[in-house]
Amino acid sequence: MAYSETLDVRVTDTSLRDGSHAKRHQFTEAEVRSVVAALDQAGVPVIEVAHGDGLGGSSFNYGFSRTPERTLMKAAVETARQARIAALMLPGLGTKDDIVAVAELGVQVIRIATHCTEADVSEQHFALAREIGLETVGFLMMAHTATPEILARQARIMADAGCQCVYVVDSAGAMVLEDASDRVSAVVGEVGSDAQVGFHAHENLSLSVANTVLAIRAGAVQVDGSTRRFGAGAGNTSVEALAAVLERLGVRTGIDVLQIIDAAEDVVRPVMDDECVLDRLALIMGYAGVYSSFLKHAYRAAERYGVSGAEILLECGRQRLVGGQEDQIIQIAAELAKVPAAV
Amino acid sequence: MGKVTAAIVGSGNIGTDLMYKLLRSDRIELRYVVGVDPQSKGLALARHKGLEASHEGVDWLMSRTEPPDIVFEATSAYIHRANYPRYYDAGMKAIDLTPAAIGPFVIPPVNLAEHLQEPNINMVTCGGQATIPMVHAVSRVVDVDYAEIVATVSSESAGPGTRQNIDEFTRTTSRAVEVIGGAKQGKAIIILNPAEPPMIMRDTIFCSLPPGADREKIDGSIRQMVETVQTYVPGYRLRTDPQFDEVSDGAGGAVDRVAIFIEVEGAGDFLPPYAGNLDIMTAAAAKVGDELALHLNPGDE
Repeated sequence: MAYSETLDVRVTDTSLRDGSHAKRHQFTEAEVRSVVAALDQAGVPVIEVAHGDGLGGSSFNYGFSRTPERTLMKAAVETARQARIAALMLPGLGTKDDIVAVAELGVQVIRIATHCTEADVSEQHFALAREIGLETVGFLMMAHTATPEILARQARIMADAGCQCVYVVDSAGAMVLEDASDRVSAVVGEVGSDAQVGFHAHENLSLSVANTVLAIRAGAVQVDGSTRRFGAGAGNTSVEALAAVLERLGVRTGIDVLQIIDAAEDVVRPVMDDECVLDRLALIMGYAGVYSSFLKHAYRAAERYGVSGAEILLECGRQRLVGGQEDQIIQIAAELAKVPAAV
Repeated sequence: MGKVTAAIVGSGNIGTDLMYKLLRSDRIELRYVVGVDPQSKGLALARHKGLEASHEGVDWLMSRTEPPDIVFEATSAYIHRANYPRYYDAGMKAIDLTPAAIGPFVIPPVNLAEHLQEPNINMVTCGGQATIPMVHAVSRVVDVDYAEIVATVSSESAGPGTRQNIDEFTRTTSRAVEVIGGAKQGKAIIILNPAEPPMIMRDTIFCSLPPGADREKIDGSIRQMVETVQTYVPGYRLRTDPQFDEVSDGAGGAVDRVAIFIEVEGAGDFLPPYAGNLDIMTAAAAKVGDELALHLNPGDE
């Protein structure tokens, strides 16, 4: 099964959304215009632009945006010639008003994300999005924590609410090969022709491209990546590497491999503060199953309180924190600082 | 003169937990519990406690020869909007645990005294009850331009009402952070966590501070307010000391901030202790009931 007559798989580039975490939400309008123009030119079909935590994400808890998100989205919409612009929203943080506002700016795809066992909080948002003519994608986040069967049931809730493509989202970059394909298969089996299935990866165990290929073989027809891996944790699936791999496998993405390689090096890299690398803390996130956007917060708290960032992340894993609970990182670090170091 | 009499409308989890709390009150005599389901566990428990209970809804309540002085509404916003005119016409005071928001928002340690004469009092949201006392504790010391609260509740304790209307939680709570908390601008975030065993309700309150704010005084005000809330929610406590920081404002500048970390463990009356989010609603409503009873019947003191 293919995404459409011309594409086997549709790739969404999320460097201007997931990359917001790595950039500490400091995108400028000019940076967004330059990245959108380059990705659009290279044939990337969908480009997501938002605060890393989605609409309404600018906050003490997640970090304040340098530029209002709507200014960035408007710039993206104006710049893109063929690509559709997408935005992310998390119920409980963003609201229906945010969805309406970005639809009015010309955003065409809304991606609504919940923790993977809490899909029913998104029903009202999917209903509204469809009513106002947006294309809908559902994100089941931290999907490594739920069995394939549970994920399939949650995917059904989203599909019934009006979600046109349910993503299995490996927010922690914790899935190892069949973890990804088994989950995608189960969701494909449940939603059948009622919705498409997608897959979103992180590089925290160095498996993002491999997991994405397996997800495609298991029936995913939409996948995410970030050019130059510009995303939270060790970053996302490299769009340029994925485009090259899929071309070699004969899977059509519509992305020009040489052009996206150039865009990664010449346009996206200069926008990044640092490369997204698989360093100690990023690897621990994949290993301990911690939400990738906690990375920069853990670095900051470790420095502020003089404690080990690795210990903070391991404790986040032990407490089974979910996406959005960045506030707890401060509390964990403050408590760790009280414990005398082991002799 | 006898105690002030009360009815609970809604015999689900919230109404039943509230029943246990009101049965302990020295000022309120709980007489009636009303539901709509003949099989309701809450109604059976009410009868077992010697209360008059009926599944015939508000019609039954309105036909009592001795109507209650106070009605606690533990149904839904929609039902409360339909029921309230009938309570009002019959001279009953309403304490509304739904998001209907017909009457003023009340957070007991902040503004209860101002609203005791109102015919209808609204209990905001669970996140509002847990966090707004802290926003107020800061804003009574210094100007708070911006306050943000993050409420994390266990998935088990988030019922279909909350889930289907999650926007209502964020909107109502952020507005109450401003109106009652005293922040110029408010923001509210709710997160559901499915961990097993269920996580006890956690709340984080961030308040911006003006430059050079007296941190010791703010810290003292926070601790004093925690003690005040503990008088009606014994499981309300700080998880760590209030944390003062200078953080990025996003636009190249910095802003002073205090972060307050709270945990709310429920009393375990009917709901399990992790459901502090539900317990703080029923405990706050019972507190309002007690104060209202004293207001209606001052000789009772």
